[in-house]
Amino acid sequence: MKSLGSIRRDFAPWNDPNAKPYIQFDNVTKKFGEFTAVNNLSLTIFEREFFALLGASGCGKSTLLRMLAGFEEPTAGRIMLDGQDLRGIPPYRRPVNMMFQSYALFPHMTVENNIAFGLKQEGMVKADIEKRVAEMLKLVKLEQFAKRKPHQLSGGQRQRVALARSVAKRPKVLLLDEPLGALDKKLREETQFELMDLQQNLGLTFVVVTHDQEEAMTMADRIAIIDKGEVMQVATPAEVYEAPGSRFVAGFVGNVNMFDGRIAAGEAGSASIDAGNGITIRTENAGSAAAGTSVTFAIRPEKIKVSSTKPAGAVNAIQGEVYDIAYLGDMTVYHVRLDDGQVVRASTMNAARLTEDPLSWNDRAWISFRPDAGVVLTR
Amino acid sequence: MNATWSRFNVISIVLGFAFLYLPIVLLVVFSFNESKLVTVWGGFSTKWYVSLFHNRGLMDATWVTARVGVISATVATVLGTLAALTLTRYTRFRGRLLFSGMVFAPLVMPEVITGLSLLLLFVAVGLDRGFLTVTLAHTTLTMCFVAVVVQSRLITFDRSLEEAAMDLGAPPVRTFFQITLPVIMPAIVSGWMLAFTLSLDDLVIASFTSGPGATTLPMKIYSQVRLGVTPEINAACTILIAVVAVGVIIASLVNKSREVQRQRDEQAAQRG
Repeated sequence: MKSLGSIRRDFAPWNDPNAKPYIQFDNVTKKFGEFTAVNNLSLTIFEREFFALLGASGCGKSTLLRMLAGFEEPTAGRIMLDGQDLRGIPPYRRPVNMMFQSYALFPHMTVENNIAFGLKQEGMVKADIEKRVAEMLKLVKLEQFAKRKPHQLSGGQRQRVALARSVAKRPKVLLLDEPLGALDKKLREETQFELMDLQQNLGLTFVVVTHDQEEAMTMADRIAIIDKGEVMQVATPAEVYEAPGSRFVAGFVGNVNMFDGRIAAGEAGSASIDAGNGITIRTENAGSAAAGTSVTFAIRPEKIKVSSTKPAGAVNAIQGEVYDIAYLGDMTVYHVRLDDGQVVRASTMNAARLTEDPLSWNDRAWISFRPDAGVVLTR
Repeated sequence: MNATWSRFNVISIVLGFAFLYLPIVLLVVFSFNESKLVTVWGGFSTKWYVSLFHNRGLMDATWVTARVGVISATVATVLGTLAALTLTRYTRFRGRLLFSGMVFAPLVMPEVITGLSLLLLFVAVGLDRGFLTVTLAHTTLTMCFVAVVVQSRLITFDRSLEEAAMDLGAPPVRTFFQITLPVIMPAIVSGWMLAFTLSLDDLVIASFTSGPGATTLPMKIYSQVRLGVTPEINAACTILIAVVAVGVIIASLVNKSREVQRQRDEQAAQRG
């Protein structure tokens, strides 16, 4: 059976109509004075899910997280956690913990006291605290740094202390605000996998806020794409990428080529789109769009093939001129200017070291793609 | 940097330092004068220091000054810290501008006016002038300095520290005492020290608001000088200078070693 993306998911409570939602935002609105940060937003998150809120800065994603933590109260609507309405419950009584973007480590306390802080507030007995702290230090591999102060640690170590501190209390939900934002690229990639392992091992529900789509795609079970305080789409990373629900989502996640046009003729999902200037695109993903509807055809760069001759038997082939080439090592990105002036981005994996038919700048070239390679967007 | 010393540089430095420190040096030198005449050198002696400690009036004044300083600095630190917290935390409340203006007005208010207005107030409410009134007056004066020092620290305070503490289960009051207070403590301590120093050397306000039995050291010195400068006063001033100098030196040494330690720690952290 064919499916979207390359990962088979056994964990998918969002497809189960009987699954009990764990966190629920019901028509939540948050206003700061005149500014509406979150606008009538509804969202459901399931237990043990790794959920990402993805959006540009200022889109309201951090406000969502802060409302869940209790630092902000919704102006309207309600937030439920495990069947409990969170309204009016102060942050220090909520069964959620947060890892802050700045880490917010207490500078006057050692690493172990930072981790023990939340446990002490709970009134846990001393022996148990020591045991739990040791366990947490082991989890984040910082055993030998227990007596250090935060300023004696490197950025990556601080990040791990913050993580250990926020999971030490075994919260029902862990909130992570740009958890990897302050790390350099290499460390960030390593830490992504560590976070995923941690979430698996502890069996916690993670809600992570990020502006980095790659981070969200790598780690999350599902992603909510937020724009101007509203949810644009909630879906698995593969769905968000391969079946975006709107032009905004298609453009926001990854690179995309878009052709505006009109459905010329079609039946049962297959259609041809008249994209103007004599370009006709045949697609199998037109859904229920009727003939005459204005649509946008969106296709990802890696699904477009570039060749110097017209490929035999190609359903969709458009001629143009190679306008720019970027060689990135693992792949090569071509910018092809079609005869109507539109520039199309196409990328090719350099799976072999040697290329049979190399292209150069200003070469005439054909772009071609399969009828199931793109999606038709009506929004 | 150019390491050679031109004649011009040398002269300007000598003149500059002379201008600043020659009076103090003279004062210190003459405190060891054998002669009773202040301006005539009669040989080295420490007898004025001995007699200083037998001068009941000066010793009493010193004790009063110390008590006024400690109490007023402590009260001013509490009030000033609260004012600074209010001004940085509650950015929007009715009358905020007025409040912040009123907190900082004594910084630029001529001391004569502060002193006179306080005197009028104490007379109006029928408060007998004495130890209590000086202490109150000094609290009023120094509170705004503490507020300025603490406020500048609070502006750079990372609020997410408090949010993290609350998130981990600490109610607001506990968060304040376990997180906020320890983090801003250095600013509070330097605020206290500033308040104490200001109280220690205030003459004008103390003259207005003090009464019998509560003469502070500056008042005592000033009144004795009017009857003629004695080497005893020089000795008292020298001790004051020594105390202040030692305090400043210790404070800067502590600061410096802490800074060095911090840099070393951070370098160690970078290495892994």
